[in-house]
Amino acid sequence: MPVSARHSKVVYDALKGCGIRLISALPETWLVHLIRMADEDPDMILVRLANENEAVGLSAGAYFAGVRSATLMQNHGFLEAANSIVSFSQLYRIPLLMLISYRGTFGERDPWQTQGGNVTEPVLRALGIPYQLLDQPQAADQRIRHALTLAESSLQPVALLLMRELMWED
Amino acid sequence: MQRLDCLRSIYGELGECLVVTIMGAVAAELQSLGHRPNFFYQQHAMGTASSTGLGLALCLPDQEVVVLDGDGSLLMNLGTLSTMARYRPENLLHIVFDNESLLSVGGFPTATGAGTDLEGIARAAGIPRTATVRSVDEFQAAVVGALRDRELATIVAKVDARGPATYLTDLTLLENRFQFRRHIQGLQRREARP
Repeated sequence: MPVSARHSKVVYDALKGCGIRLISALPETWLVHLIRMADEDPDMILVRLANENEAVGLSAGAYFAGVRSATLMQNHGFLEAANSIVSFSQLYRIPLLMLISYRGTFGERDPWQTQGGNVTEPVLRALGIPYQLLDQPQAADQRIRHALTLAESSLQPVALLLMRELMWED
Repeated sequence: MQRLDCLRSIYGELGECLVVTIMGAVAAELQSLGHRPNFFYQQHAMGTASSTGLGLALCLPDQEVVVLDGDGSLLMNLGTLSTMARYRPENLLHIVFDNESLLSVGGFPTATGAGTDLEGIARAAGIPRTATVRSVDEFQAAVVGALRDRELATIVAKVDARGPATYLTDLTLLENRFQFRRHIQGLQRREARP
């Protein structure tokens, strides 16, 4: 599978490095290695979701419990979770670190992913969610740390968009 | 059966628990019995109060967590039953007040009034302990039993579609949120001290 295990490891190590102890995820192709790493890590609580809205509640519960968490989802999952993000994370000022696989952009071969690719960044901007792209493995550690720092200092959701250049090797 | 009477019958049991409620009548009625810092009223994002409870329960395995859910909210996120069942924390109790109605937006009937069986769905999802109760005594016994036996449970309480006169209280959302977090931090400090 051309999903990059090497770069996934860089991302996973960065999450571990900043103290993430709970990861919720809804599986998708680009996230397969990240989810496997969380599953194989005895120090990580992995929660496999049925729907991305659950991630918002799980991360809030973890935050109340004093546990740092992150959620892994596809951009279509982010669109699915928009109401929970607005009416829980933002309404109640709860930090939320989202790592979102950015499907449907340049290089996308799956036609069904393409419309979501068009609207992901406009929706992030409309919701006022700070975000950055993650396309270089050497930037991953610092950018993930900085994203978490902002989420915690500003008490709000922040997003990192995992790009094809980072997640895919073909 | 009135939801308020159910809440009153277990109010004493909730003192040592972390409690997460859904919005609307459940939140307002629990507050009317007396707010406590271990109560968090999730006044929106319908369907995800049980996910918040699951996050708390998984991260604080020694702490009992009680979710006060409703039929309208649970129907919006039935997948939560399969996620709770998958990880089945023994310190999570999921109570569903089923009034067969979206009461706070005008009393529109939900599918549970037309035959949808939330306890049956919970059992089929893999929740190890389930019950449907129709009297306050049954309700109280089911809640006390589930807390005593420490087993993930979904208890569906069939209640009348009646609520309080107003859903607004003088506790602001953010005040409640910061107080709840501080309360848990306080519990952790207390535990850290030998």
